[in-house]
Amino acid sequence: MELVSPAGSWPAFKKAVDNGADAIYIGFRDETNARHFAGLNFDDKNASKALNYARSKGKRVYLAINTYPQTARWSAWQRAVDMAADLGVNAIIAADIGVLEYASQRHSTLHRHLSVQGSATNLGALTFYAENFGIARAVLPRVLSAKQVAQLASASPVPLEVFGFGSLCIMAEGRCFLSSYVAGASPNTCGACSPASHVSWKNTGDQLEVWLGDMLVDRFEADENAGYPVICKGRFIANDKTYHAIEEPVSLNSMALLPELIDMGVVAIKLEGRQRSPAYIAKVVSIWRQAIDAAKSNQPFVVQPSWTASLATVAEGGQTTLGAYEREWQ
Amino acid sequence: MVKISLGPIQYYWKKQQVFDFYNEVSELPVERVYLGETVCSKRRELRLEDWLEIAQQLTTSGKQVCLSTMTLIEAASELSQLKKLCQAEHGFMVEANDYGAVQFCSESQTPFIAGAMLNLYNHRSVEKMLALGAQGWVMPYEITRQSLSALLNGLSPEVADKANTEVFSWGKVPLAYSARCFTARHHELPKDSCQLVCGEYPEGLALESQEQQRFLNINGIQTQSGHSYNLLSEWRDMQALGITWMRISPSLSNTKSIVETLANAIEMNSDIARACADDECNGYWFGRSGLERVA
Repeated sequence: MELVSPAGSWPAFKKAVDNGADAIYIGFRDETNARHFAGLNFDDKNASKALNYARSKGKRVYLAINTYPQTARWSAWQRAVDMAADLGVNAIIAADIGVLEYASQRHSTLHRHLSVQGSATNLGALTFYAENFGIARAVLPRVLSAKQVAQLASASPVPLEVFGFGSLCIMAEGRCFLSSYVAGASPNTCGACSPASHVSWKNTGDQLEVWLGDMLVDRFEADENAGYPVICKGRFIANDKTYHAIEEPVSLNSMALLPELIDMGVVAIKLEGRQRSPAYIAKVVSIWRQAIDAAKSNQPFVVQPSWTASLATVAEGGQTTLGAYEREWQ
Repeated sequence: MVKISLGPIQYYWKKQQVFDFYNEVSELPVERVYLGETVCSKRRELRLEDWLEIAQQLTTSGKQVCLSTMTLIEAASELSQLKKLCQAEHGFMVEANDYGAVQFCSESQTPFIAGAMLNLYNHRSVEKMLALGAQGWVMPYEITRQSLSALLNGLSPEVADKANTEVFSWGKVPLAYSARCFTARHHELPKDSCQLVCGEYPEGLALESQEQQRFLNINGIQTQSGHSYNLLSEWRDMQALGITWMRISPSLSNTKSIVETLANAIEMNSDIARACADDECNGYWFGRSGLERVA
């Protein structure tokens, strides 16, 4: 079971390697990756430094080129794929079928992982990507129950990677346009969900309002923890009821399922959070390293309360959930 | 000449309602009708045989029929249903709304339309679908006019006239799909015992912000735009761009008037008086946020 860590900067990358990640995924400093935030990500010089460091420690590096290019800007994605091949990364992570096809034809030896943004939730889709683009691995969207993951793992033509910890997309990844509906930019086109440039906070005296563009996403009382306005975690009104109509601020944590996932033959666990700090990376990676090692040992696996407590401190809203892995959540 | 298509019913209507609706559709000036359940496999008012019966009737009335697949396919049972739908024995085209459907259609050489959720954002991905047997494709909702124009110009000349581009032109935009059912959540029911409560909302459940701003529309596991998207007045421009199909998404109340308005304008080669209204939106097409209205 490979532990795959995010890194949005060189300091975060170093923390990931030093705290026990087996592989680290990064993105270039542009809209070709799904975490296109100001000040984040790698230019070719930094990417090269990261690769050298990873190699010297026997770790792998994956490059996310996982947004969907539009025709006028196609060449930027093509260049990113070429650059990934030149750098000699261990794999690219891509979703767009044009990008996947280009990579498979131009750089056939460059491994291709299907990004979670590719929305492959069933055997037919996995077969499609495997037969057409020779993908070496697929990352599953966070919409499947544990039972469905097991069924897929037993039949999939390619090894599977699943999400372990981090921000929880409530919608099938790659098929959510809530952000562009309200704020123009979407994960698919720009690599941004609820872009910071569109967020505004208004103090109304006893309440704090958070807006995305012209839409009120939530109102917080003084004693509430005011979260970032991703649309799916706001409070809205339906039939006179004001509530978290889609989901509460919460992070995914599938650690309790680790032994099961190992038994299923899932090959890798992905942590979310290229936008998070080096301190977050250090904490989350070291805890997951311990957990994976414990789950692989001959001892019965127990999620240590100290791990859960520590992860909760970096979770959205201080809470974690098994998400769709558990049927009741759905 | 741009043509009118009618998208699949996105909501959970009663069987009789569905039959009545398509009875009316058979008299409407639409050339193509998409049929089938695209949102949730638990909605079983109609079986495949029922859909095929409607398909047959519409064909008799001179409509071209295309069977639409589910969009989010997870369970093994859903996959076997999908496989059945994608086998050409029924003789109809299929709208593939997931790459699993593309796989099954290309395996069994069933002609298919590449649906909007396949995320075809550039000329290369459209060319790939055409090479695999797609007879047309539906543009992702968030693409702008400008980007679509560049895409169409980027297509290689050999395939450009086979692209048969379709644009979602009227109705609530499907913005997201989830494992979770938000209608059941509203009723505090788990999805596995949802009591098919979405059947109580034949046009979805409106979601407003705490400032009473119209925002989203909940439809089971699907989240739609709160405003209806309206590009009807753009029909002339679409025709000039080389777009083949303008899609109208069914609603209980006004499908007939929308279709007739558009068909009449195309027939008479006239402008559409019914431009985008206050409670509608068209932002995506003009490069703005989707919910905006560009006058």
